Amino acid sequence: MNREDFPMLNQDIVYFDNGATTLKPQCVIDSVVRYMREHTSNIHRGDYDAAVITNKLYDNTREVVANFVNCNPNEVVFTSGTTMSINMIVFGFMKKVLKAGDEVLITKSEHASNILPWWKLKEEIGINIKFMDLNENYELTLDSVEKSITDKTKVISIAHVTNVIGDVRDVASIGKLCHDKNIYFCVDGAQSVPHMMEDFKNSNIDFLSFSGHKMCGPTGVGVLVGKYELLKKMDPLCYGGGMNNSFEADFSYELKDVPTRLEAGTPPIAEVIGLREAILYLSSIGMDKIHQHEMELKKYLVEKLEHISNIKVYNKNSNSGILAFNIDDVFAQDSSIYLNHYKIFVRAGNHCAKILKDEIGIKNTVRVSMYFYNTFEDVDKLVKALEQSEDIFRVVI
Amino acid sequence: MDNNIRREIIMDNYQDPMNRGLIEDETYLKVNTNSESCIDNLDFMMKVEDGVIKDIRFDGEACAISTSATSIMIRSLIGKSVSEVKEILLNYQHMINEEDYNSDVLGELNVYDEICKQPNRKNCALLPSVAIEKMLKEIENSR
Repeated sequence: MNREDFPMLNQDIVYFDNGATTLKPQCVIDSVVRYMREHTSNIHRGDYDAAVITNKLYDNTREVVANFVNCNPNEVVFTSGTTMSINMIVFGFMKKVLKAGDEVLITKSEHASNILPWWKLKEEIGINIKFMDLNENYELTLDSVEKSITDKTKVISIAHVTNVIGDVRDVASIGKLCHDKNIYFCVDGAQSVPHMMEDFKNSNIDFLSFSGHKMCGPTGVGVLVGKYELLKKMDPLCYGGGMNNSFEADFSYELKDVPTRLEAGTPPIAEVIGLREAILYLSSIGMDKIHQHEMELKKYLVEKLEHISNIKVYNKNSNSGILAFNIDDVFAQDSSIYLNHYKIFVRAGNHCAKILKDEIGIKNTVRVSMYFYNTFEDVDKLVKALEQSEDIFRVVI
Repeated sequence: MDNNIRREIIMDNYQDPMNRGLIEDETYLKVNTNSESCIDNLDFMMKVEDGVIKDIRFDGEACAISTSATSIMIRSLIGKSVSEVKEILLNYQHMINEEDYNSDVLGELNVYDEICKQPNRKNCALLPSVAIEKMLKEIENSR
């Protein structure tokens, strides 16, 4: 649906790499171009007309985000993306409140961004990191979460939707569990916020991270949503302009309140404005409708692939538009190059989930990740190409 | 070169590459090429004695182009002097990067003379030459 809104789809392509980044609708492009052509200005420092327009759009984006994920506007921090958001959580907050021996629970299917910051914190202050077990479908169940919690558990940090298996975690129940047991609950929303309803308050999430470019917005902007009282305790990782009230030659200084305190320097203004437009655009379509469409496409694709004998699918049951597979005896990259021959854009590799191989027994897969603008015809084209894949090397060599 | 012959040579070397599998031997130099632009990840080891390449071995996961290019390159380089190897690598890199080169020194490596038509595969074809060059530099630096 809404394909006419996406200029890139005027080319005859099948874009199935939405887990990596999404295409941009014309309204988002226009909003960024309008800022650059008509009201370029910095925020919070100008009294002239262009600055007023920019300020209004920038500030209103916090409200738009807040409505979208159900939080308060002063709980919305603009970052460069999910990676930066999680690094702020780990090094700006957790480093202050955790101590040696405290347990952080994650899973082996997390993205590098929700793993390496914790590795580094372990190195720095000696926290313990434990992996919660995944079931036979490589999914995280509530039961597994409950079993993993000990009296030393202080943090659970997981993706709402994982980026290779695409399993949807029951964040509402896990959040309640964390709330009852006084555990910080950090959710990597990079693969969920663009595709389904996310409810920060009702899921008892303490910190939620996501990226603009995976939800029809520009690259270079993301969001950290944090409970206001927790953000107040967070140390900024960057200091400078825009985040201070005053500083004197006697080395005293006073910082602004959050969220501004956590946004030192000129922020990505054009990108924030683009993100605002993207969220309004997604909301106008409806997140339920988007998720439902992706699920229908996934079901259709899985049914079709079951009839192709040389395709191994790793996650046919997961409840999202992500499908990981391999063609028998073919290196994933050769498969993606083969599909590119048919103008089908997919991703091959470990998808930054480098320890998932311990679970699924293979390092690299081909990943199809769908969005609302994908169609049943797109799936048919992929299936047709895979059906003909016995001549793959005739095509790729 | 006829496309069928080209494909046959590449496929033979992909499916049954020369010297795949590493060995325990401290007299070999070792490098890893974990490509930044793709998911090829190969380990190389090379033995040089009296200025001559005695052996090159590799292992890891890589696509058809990287794997076959590695196999063909290993076959082409073993027994050659370091200066001959440098000349082959230079001409090979020029061929892949669409610069002037001498095809006479490349032998079977000429099967990749049209890889430039697929820009997304250039790095795959270059992977073994990058690894071997790295090891040669290590030898020079250790002197």
